[in-house]
Amino acid sequence: MTNAATDMNAAPSPDSYVTADGRTIGGVVMEMKNITLRFGGVVAIKDISFDIREGEIRAIIGPNGAGKSSMLNVISGFYKPQEGDVFFHGEKRPLMKPYQVAQQGIARTFQNIALFDGMSVLDNIMTGRLNNMNASLISQAVWWGKAQKEEFENREKVEKVIDFLEIQAIRKTPVGRLPYGLKKRVELARALAAEPTLLLLDEPMAGMNVEEKEDMSRFILDVNDEFGTTIALIEHDMGVVMDLSDRVVVMDYGKKIGDGTPDEVRNNQDVIDAYLGVAHD
Amino acid sequence: MLYREAGDFKTSYAKDSQTFPIKLDRVGYWALMAVAFLVVPFFINDYWANAVFVPFLIYVIAALGLNILTGYAGQLSLGTGGFMAVGAYACYKLMTSFPEVSMIIHVLLAGGITALVGVMFGLPSLRIKGFYLAVATLAAQFFLVWLFNKVPWFYNYSASGQINAPERTVFGIIVTGPNTEAWAKYLFCLIFVVVLAWIARNLTRGMAGRKWMAIRDMDIAAEIIGVNPLKAKLTAFAVSSFFVGIAGALFFSIYLGAAEVGEAFGIQKSFLIVFMIIIGGLGSILGSFAGAAFMVLMPVLLKNILVGGMGWPTDLAAHLEFIIVGGLIVIFLIVEPHGLAQLWRLAKEKMRLWPFPH
Amino acid sequence: MPDQLLYAIEVTLNGLMAGVLYALVALGFVLIFKASGIFNYAQGVMALFAAMTLVGIQNGQVPFAHLINAILGTEIHHFGWHVPALLAILLTACVMVLFAWIVERYILKHLVGQPDIILFMATIGMAYFMEGFGDLMWGADIKKLDVGLPQGGSLWLEENTAWLGGDGFYGFFIDKLDMVATVVAAILVASLVAFSQYTKQGRAMRAVADDHQAALSVGVSLRFIWVLVWSLAGFVALVAGIMWGAKSGVQFSLSLIALKALPVLMLGGFTSIPGAIVGGLIIGVGEKLFEFLIGAPFLGGATENWFAYMLALLFLVFRPQGLFGEKIIERV
Repeated sequence: MTNAATDMNAAPSPDSYVTADGRTIGGVVMEMKNITLRFGGVVAIKDISFDIREGEIRAIIGPNGAGKSSMLNVISGFYKPQEGDVFFHGEKRPLMKPYQVAQQGIARTFQNIALFDGMSVLDNIMTGRLNNMNASLISQAVWWGKAQKEEFENREKVEKVIDFLEIQAIRKTPVGRLPYGLKKRVELARALAAEPTLLLLDEPMAGMNVEEKEDMSRFILDVNDEFGTTIALIEHDMGVVMDLSDRVVVMDYGKKIGDGTPDEVRNNQDVIDAYLGVAHD
Repeated sequence: MLYREAGDFKTSYAKDSQTFPIKLDRVGYWALMAVAFLVVPFFINDYWANAVFVPFLIYVIAALGLNILTGYAGQLSLGTGGFMAVGAYACYKLMTSFPEVSMIIHVLLAGGITALVGVMFGLPSLRIKGFYLAVATLAAQFFLVWLFNKVPWFYNYSASGQINAPERTVFGIIVTGPNTEAWAKYLFCLIFVVVLAWIARNLTRGMAGRKWMAIRDMDIAAEIIGVNPLKAKLTAFAVSSFFVGIAGALFFSIYLGAAEVGEAFGIQKSFLIVFMIIIGGLGSILGSFAGAAFMVLMPVLLKNILVGGMGWPTDLAAHLEFIIVGGLIVIFLIVEPHGLAQLWRLAKEKMRLWPFPH
Repeated sequence: MPDQLLYAIEVTLNGLMAGVLYALVALGFVLIFKASGIFNYAQGVMALFAAMTLVGIQNGQVPFAHLINAILGTEIHHFGWHVPALLAILLTACVMVLFAWIVERYILKHLVGQPDIILFMATIGMAYFMEGFGDLMWGADIKKLDVGLPQGGSLWLEENTAWLGGDGFYGFFIDKLDMVATVVAAILVASLVAFSQYTKQGRAMRAVADDHQAALSVGVSLRFIWVLVWSLAGFVALVAGIMWGAKSGVQFSLSLIALKALPVLMLGGFTSIPGAIVGGLIIGVGEKLFEFLIGAPFLGGATENWFAYMLALLFLVFRPQGLFGEKIIERV
C-alpha cells in the first residue's frame, strides 16, 4: 500500500496521456483503497478500490441503491468507512471532518439540491468562497480593512462564475423562488466558486429535460476543459455518461463490477447482466 | 417616480452591497437619525423615557442579539432572560467594584462576560439540535436565575437580595441612579443601539452571517462545503450573548435601577424577546426594531385605551394582552413567518413598481 | 435501619409519585408529537385551562363574567347552581374536544409542512392565547379544585411502617392523592396503549404517525386523526389538571409543569410512551433525591428548579436521541 502511495507522488506522472480531444490526463489525484462502509448490519459499500486521475471526468454508475451516493459521501468525509483508506495527492488521508475535506479543495453538489433557501443566489455562491476568506470577526463587525477588501475581491471571482454559468439575471433572487433547473445550476456555481481541484457531482442532471441536460453537459465539459478541474460524477442517463466521461466505475449492491473506458464498460458481461438482468437456470 | 432603483447605477461592488440601495431610503435613514439625536432629546420627559423610549431601545438590543442566534443561525434559545441577568449582575459587580470607571466600559465588559457564559452554554449545540437545544437553553435560564438568587456574593450580601444601581457617570453626565435626567438615559441607550445595530448589520451581510445562515438553512450541506459548525455556532452564541448581556446591563442599570432576578429576568422575559423577533421578523435587523416597538407599545396603548379611556380594570387589559399577543404570534406564523419586516419589504416592492405593477 | 436511609427511601417514594405526574403531562406531548410531529408547548396550559373550566362549571361560574360586567356595568358572577363532579368532568371533556377541533380547523390546517421550529413557536403563541382566554373566561384568582379525591397523608401507611426506624421516625409519609394519581396514570397509560394497538382508529393513528402521505393514500383522514389525537391530549391534560389542581390549587404555576415535561421527554425520547413514563420517574426521583442529598444541605436549596434541565442537557450531550430513541442516520 505504501508503494502505491509513493508511486503517485511522482510528478509529472509517467503514465499521463493525451485524450482524443486534446486534453491532458495526469497522474492519480485520489485513490480509494478497499473501502467498506456499513450501517449497522447493512453493507453499503463492500471492498471497493478505484482511482481518479488529474483532469479526467470520472463517472460512477449503477442501479439505485448500489452505494454510489454513499461513495461520494465517503470521499467528502461525511461517512467514515469502517475499513479501507482514502489517498489524496498520494498521501493517506487521516480521519477528517467534512469541512476539513472541503478546505483541501474538494467541492460537491448534492443529489437533492442542498442550497441555502433563505439566502439570495449571490450569497449562496459567495458561501463557496468561504475557505478563501479569513478576516477576523472584529474586522467583519466594523466592515473595514481586511473584511471589506476580501469581500470585494471574492465578489469579483463569484461574478466570473455567475457569468460563466449565465445566471446574471437571478443574482439577487432568493434561492427558494427559483425553478428546479436553475437551482441545480446555482448549486454548481457554488461548488465552482470554491475553485476546487476535485469536483464531485451527485446526479447533476436528475429530473431535467433534454434541453436542460444538454446545457448542463456543456457546462461540465467547459469546466473540465477551461479550468482543468477533475470531476467525479454520478449519473443515471447512460447516454450522457458515455459521452462525457473518460473512465467509468460500475457499482451494484455495494460492489464494484466494472471499471474502465466507456467502451470497455459497455462490453463488460457483469455490467450487462446487472443492467439487463440475467437468466438463472 | 421617486422610489426607484432605475437610474441609480451602481458602479462598484461596495455600492452594490450597501444597506439602503434606494436613494429615498438613505435620505429617510439620515432624517430619522437626525430626529433621534437632535430633536427627541430636547422634548423627552420622564414618562416618555420610562414608558416608551428607554425600554424600546434596550429591547431592540436584546432582540438583535436573539435574532442573530435564532433568526440568522437558526438556534432557538429560551434562555435570553438568564443571559440578560448575567449582563445585569456583571454590570452591578463592576459598577460597585470600580466606581471611577466610565459606565460605557462597564456595559461593554458586562457584554463580554455574558458572551463567555453564552459560549459555555452553546457548547452542547454541536450535538443537540432544534427544540432539544431550546431545552438546553432552558437549563441556562433556570440555573442562572437560581445562581443569582442563592449566591449572596452576586448581590453584595444585601439584605433584600436585590441589586441597586449606584450613581455613575459618563464624561461627567449622570446616567444611572435616581438623579438621572430623561434625556441622558435616552441618549446613552440610543448610542448603544445605533452602534450595535450597525455591527449586527455588518456581521450579517458578510461571511460570518453567510456561515450562520448556511447552518440555519441546511447544516449538513454547510459542513460539507466547508463551514466549521462548532465555530460558526459558537460565534453566533458569543455575539448574540454579547448583545443580550449589554441589554441586560442597560435594563438593570439605566431602566430599572433596582432589580430582583426572578422578577426582572425570569422565563417570561425570554418569551417576550422570542415574541419580538417572531412578530418583527426572523433574520431581519429591521424586524428586531419593529418587534421591540410593537411589544413595548401594545401594552401601553391597551392600557391607555381600555383602562384610561374606558375605565376597565387593569387585570382585564392584561388578559386581553395575552390573548392578542398569542393570537398575533399564531397569525404571523401562519400568514407571514417573516414578520412585520417582510410586510414592510413587500410594501416597498409594490411601491417600486407603482403605478404600473405589470 | 438507620433513619437517614429511611428518609432517603421516603424521598424516593415521593419522587416516584411526582414522577408519575410529570409522566402524565409528558404523555400528552408524546401523543401529539407521534401523530403530527408537533411539539405542543401548550400542553401545560391545556391542563390549566381544563382545570379552570372544570372548577368553573362545577361552581356554576358565568363565563367572561368579568368582561361582561366591565362592558355592561352589571354585577353577575354565578348562575347559582352546583354541577356534580362527574357531570362537570364530562362537560369539560366536551370542551376539550371542541378545543381540539378549533385547533385543527384554524391553526394546524394552515401550518402543515412548516419547519418543526415554526410549529413549536406557534404552540407557544397558542399557549399565551389560551392563558389569556382562560383568565378572561374564568378569572385569574387561585381556585380550589375538589372532585372528591382523598387528601392528606396516608395514616395507615405511616402507622404500619413506623417500626422500621428508631424513635425519631414516624413512618413513611405519602400523600393519598399521589397514590390515586399513580393508579389513574397507570390505567390511563394502559388504556391508551390498548386503544392504539387494538382499535381501528388506533391503527390509523399509528399509520399517520409513521407517514402522513402514505396514510392519506390508503384513505385515512388526516384531519379526523388530528382532532382525535388533540382530543386525547386534551383529555390527558384534563386528568393531569385535576391531579395537580387538587394538589396545589388551580393557578398559573400549573402551566409551568409543561416545562418540567420537556426534560422528561428529552430523557425518554419524543415518540416513546414507555420512554415518557421512565423519563418522568427518573426526573421525579432524581430531583427529589438531589435536593435531599446535595441541594438542601450544600447548595442552599431550590435546586428542583433547574436539576431536571441540567440532567437532560448532560444526558443529551452523550446520547442525543434519548433513552429509547433510535440512532438517526443522516443522509444528503
